[in-house]
Amino acid sequence: MVAGINLVALRAVCVKRRSKLILGPVSLDLKGSGLTIVLGPNGAGKTTFLKVLHGIERISSGSVQWSMAERSVRRTQSYVFQRPVMLRRTVRQNLAYPMKLLGQQASKIDEHVIYWANQIGLTEMLNSPATRLSGGEKQKLALGRALIRKPKILFLDEPCANLDGRSTREIETLLLSANSSGTRIIMATHDLGQSRRLATDVVFLLNGQVHEQGPAEDILCSPQTSEAKAFLKGEIVE
Amino acid sequence: MNEIWAGIVEAFRLIITLDRDLFEITLRSLQVSMSALVIACIFALPFGTWLAIRRFRFRRLTIATLNALMGLPPVVVGLIVYLLLSRSGPFGVLGLLFTPTAMIIAQVIIITPLIASLTHQAMRELWAEYHDLLISLNTTSRQRILTLIWDGRRALLTGALAGFGRAIGEVGAIMIVGGNIDHATRVLTTAIALETGKGDFALALGLGFVLIALALLVNFAIHTLSRTEQEGTW
Amino acid sequence: MIRLIAIVVSLFATTALAEKMKLAVTTSFHNSGLSDLLLPVILEDTGLEVQLLIVGTGQALRLGEAGDVDAILVHSEAAEEVFVENGYAPYRREIMYNDFVVVGPQTDPADIASADTAVDALTRIAIIKAPFVSRGDASGTHKKELFLWTSTKLDPKLFGTWYNAVGAGMGASLNTASGLGAYILTDRASWLNFANKGELDLLFEGDPILFNQYAYLPIDSKRHPHVNIQAQRLLESWLTSKRAETLINGYTVDGTNVFVFNAFR
Ligand SMILES: Nc1ncnc2c1ncn2[C@@H]1O[C@H](COP(=O)(O)OP(=O)(O)O)[C@@H](O)[C@H]1O
Ligand SMILES: [Mg+2]
Repeated sequence: MVAGINLVALRAVCVKRRSKLILGPVSLDLKGSGLTIVLGPNGAGKTTFLKVLHGIERISSGSVQWSMAERSVRRTQSYVFQRPVMLRRTVRQNLAYPMKLLGQQASKIDEHVIYWANQIGLTEMLNSPATRLSGGEKQKLALGRALIRKPKILFLDEPCANLDGRSTREIETLLLSANSSGTRIIMATHDLGQSRRLATDVVFLLNGQVHEQGPAEDILCSPQTSEAKAFLKGEIVE
Repeated sequence: MNEIWAGIVEAFRLIITLDRDLFEITLRSLQVSMSALVIACIFALPFGTWLAIRRFRFRRLTIATLNALMGLPPVVVGLIVYLLLSRSGPFGVLGLLFTPTAMIIAQVIIITPLIASLTHQAMRELWAEYHDLLISLNTTSRQRILTLIWDGRRALLTGALAGFGRAIGEVGAIMIVGGNIDHATRVLTTAIALETGKGDFALALGLGFVLIALALLVNFAIHTLSRTEQEGTW
Repeated sequence: MIRLIAIVVSLFATTALAEKMKLAVTTSFHNSGLSDLLLPVILEDTGLEVQLLIVGTGQALRLGEAGDVDAILVHSEAAEEVFVENGYAPYRREIMYNDFVVVGPQTDPADIASADTAVDALTRIAIIKAPFVSRGDASGTHKKELFLWTSTKLDPKLFGTWYNAVGAGMGASLNTASGLGAYILTDRASWLNFANKGELDLLFEGDPILFNQYAYLPIDSKRHPHVNIQAQRLLESWLTSKRAETLINGYTVDGTNVFVFNAFR
């Protein structure tokens, strides 16, 4: 994917639930490389926005246009949910699951599972039930399971909420390394510090509306809208 | 009270002396009900799971029908299967009436709705949990159903055992389609009905205790197997 | 353990070669215990494995009409004649008879023990409205009972709660009668073999009107080509043989003879 070329274009996208507008209208373009942070307080519509991009949230009007062929959109994307979904299986089987779906060879699956277990630091726990892991371990497992598919695009929905500093840094390291080896990352967070550490560009959401979008240093240092200013100063809590 | 005691004594006598007829009918009971269970599960598990993951127009109606079919009186099922398999019925040429196969067919019809309904209930919960991930991973319907069945197998086991219990304790339908023929289609429940009819309560009750013991044994065996397969609960 | 394996193996090994036929018989015939005596001998003498379907006369006739059995052995002459007339069986062959008896509570409140005839006995029961259990299942026994009521000029449809039509087999009906302390009409063999007699006793017997003729009806192969004609003939000739006569006449329960062989040869 060439930097500068549009990856995806949203035009007047609206999501309504029970006749309430929870997102939109949103019109924006995302570029083909970098690490986009979707920033905003709780209830801003970040999750909805990510799911719309991933194509698992029904839109009420507007359009989402990916630059790649329709068929390969979902296949080349991975998504780590706000509350990670743990299959009721062992860590090993959780990691292997996406590859099994693709019908890959057992030996190749084993090799990748070992590699990724090591990357996310869960080698010791390969045979434990995934549902018994701690919150941080679950997030790391979900991330490993997302990356094992070698996605072109990786969505993350507040992967570090409720995690301690160490787990947060471990996850951030993994993300930066994936990003530098070519994975496009789009990640929701309400954590300003994390945004500063990771973002190449930022989409600022509030009440279902995109108030600002642009390179990270522009928005995080010199926001234009009053809403973004207020949020950066810590005045918008909820 | 005396009669119950006599029944217990009779049950022990039958087992200790390795009564040949008892073994024969017990084995046949197991064979018929196990076959019915396996066949019913082949239909009911995927269907119940499919109902849990699929939204379609007549979904509610289908579920309501399924729940109603759970209460189907076995005698009615037996009568319908009899009329279908009778020499004068549409499938008479197959000559299946009064064979264990006919009994299996009747039991499959009786327990499939039960297992499908229990499967549906168990799978709804698991699907709510897995929904986002499985959609995101772009799984096919087949993959979704297989994943849910595999990961929900503990709950499904309970449903299957409920089906087995209903099958092995059933008498109305298999009496009609099996005919309770000695050395051919006689099973524990029909033998119990026969002995009760003769007024031989001790023998009937003895067979009844053997039936209960058998059901317990199968339950324990399956639970032990599923426990050793993997430690801990999810 | 070895014994267990031997049993399991023998279960699958036996009777694989024997010729088989299905015979619908009445519950009362089976409950008499005679079939347990005859079937092994038939298998030994003729190599024929007779599979019994133990049902009420009504259901036996239905199974015959549908062609689901090869022959029937029942005791309800009028119904049998209709069966033959309608072409389900080419003929009926009388084999043997037993008799009906009236049993009831030992105290015998209707005093049927001193009745002269069966009709008189039933009339006495109806007069004092003593509890009575009827098979109520269109079986041969039930038909016989209804026939007797007709002779009393009373209509069971108008009877009160003392008349219990249970709609069940002989054994189940006897169980009910035993529980209620009620009168009931039963065939002698079922009564002698019945294990749950409780307070019941045999109170009336011997009236010729109570004789109970069993007949063998092979199902017509013109109507149902799949029936086993060979087996039908084999069984019929055995049932009417000298050997059958000896066994049937010699069969006793509690020292009492229950069947009288009367087939023409
Ligand atoms: N299915 C739904 N029905 C109704 N309202 C919803 C639904 N899903 C989300 N919302 C509402 O939409 C708004 C945005 O939600 P969400 O995208 O989860 O925000 P965020 O992820 O930024 O916290 C919230 O006010 C939430 O209550
Ligand atoms: Mg959210």
